[in-house]
Amino acid sequence: MKTRLIAALLAIAAGMTVATPLSVQVRKAKVRAKPSQLGKVVATVPYGAEVQAGTLQRGWHPVTTKDGKKGWLHKSALSTKRITMRSGTTDAATGVSSDEVALAGKGFNEQVENKLKSDGKLDYTWVDRMAAFEVDADQIRAFRTQGHLPGGDE
Amino acid sequence: MNGKHTPLKTAAQRNKASRRWLTWRITFLTLSMALLWGTVATVLFSGCGEISDVGTQLAQEAGLISAEEAESVKRGAEALEKTWQDLTPEQEYYIGRAVAAQVFQTYKPLDQPEANEYLNLLGQSLAIFSERPETFGGYHFLLLDSDEVNAFAAPGGLILVTRGMLRCCENEDELAAVLAHEICHVEKKHGLSAIKQGRLTEAFTIIAAESAKQLGDEELASLTREFEGSVSDVVMTLTTSGYSRTQEREADTAAVALLRRAGYPDAAMVTMLQRMGERLTDAGGLGFAKTHPSAQSRVETIGAMVDKTGPAPDSDRKKRFATAMQPITSD
Repeated sequence: MKTRLIAALLAIAAGMTVATPLSVQVRKAKVRAKPSQLGKVVATVPYGAEVQAGTLQRGWHPVTTKDGKKGWLHKSALSTKRITMRSGTTDAATGVSSDEVALAGKGFNEQVENKLKSDGKLDYTWVDRMAAFEVDADQIRAFRTQGHLPGGDE
Repeated sequence: MNGKHTPLKTAAQRNKASRRWLTWRITFLTLSMALLWGTVATVLFSGCGEISDVGTQLAQEAGLISAEEAESVKRGAEALEKTWQDLTPEQEYYIGRAVAAQVFQTYKPLDQPEANEYLNLLGQSLAIFSERPETFGGYHFLLLDSDEVNAFAAPGGLILVTRGMLRCCENEDELAAVLAHEICHVEKKHGLSAIKQGRLTEAFTIIAAESAKQLGDEELASLTREFEGSVSDVVMTLTTSGYSRTQEREADTAAVALLRRAGYPDAAMVTMLQRMGERLTDAGGLGFAKTHPSAQSRVETIGAMVDKTGPAPDSDRKKRFATAMQPITSD
């Protein structure tokens, strides 16, 4: 984080447009054409992937994905920590602290959940059914229009 | 005789030398432990990881502890400093799933696809206006087949609403107020804050000590134990002890703001609470009454914030609410 902060400060000092690398901290982030959860999806970015993020504007960062696609991501989808999908040994060797790096899949994870399932302690059938209830932006937009809710496209 | 005495004398000398060596070892280990404990105690009382780094570095340079031991002390100190706020959204997601699964052991889900579909449309159309619209696995909503007046927000966005709570809602706007309150508990991570610090310190220590992504059997068993304890802490708070009054006030205040951003009349929060207050009095202190401040005190808290002269509930919203929910609430 310190390195990123220094890089951002140097960029400001040099009068450059600030773009900070931020990591996606949700399973799948949808990059929107405008800063709205109902905006058109222009790209999807997987958990742990880095984007170049511009200055925060009312909760949204303008971002550029690794393959050059531009759009907006809400700040709650992003982390200043770098999220690595591998073992932390390399990072430990380079002296990067755990405050700067999070290891995906470490800690309370799928392995722990599977152990609870195999021990017969918890039944996840309804949790999985519940998680399958997906609603897309078009459905929400139609629902809001039908319900005469103002600002249906915000 | 001499031939027999010599080996005995040598054995005694060996024992003496061995005891001396043992004494040295014990002294050395005692000094090492004292230095280690001193370092840990410094961290405990100062809360400063950098001091720990200096202490372990000095101990390592003096040859009192190995590099591995120094790293272990450093990791332990880092774990002590971590709190529920350091849980990642991914970890929050797995805790929330287990919390929901545990709630289902007491409250049976209501298998009504149309009603649950409507609940998710409403809930997710509210969640996008939250201060935290993105969680690791997203927001999902489900009805529970219980007459108890209650609703639960598992960490990460799994929100459960009982049939009894639905009966407190006369229209979509009031159900939106219930869901907004629960979404705001998720937004503020109130569920995670219920986890006891001791469990988290244990868990973070195990996580820090294990460099490999796949845990060994022993570490997995220990971590699973802390995970189960953490889940129980959250479930106990949701179902029995309740959040603090401050957290409830935070959720109510944020819910009023969320309703406004989503275009719903915030007065629905007040009318819903008033109706809930009446039903809870009739129910004799079950469910929400046990885990929440009284409806009257909540109305007093948010009363000044809301526009009580807002428009009457929209007729199309009332109609779709009735279509989706009447079969459930009239049973």
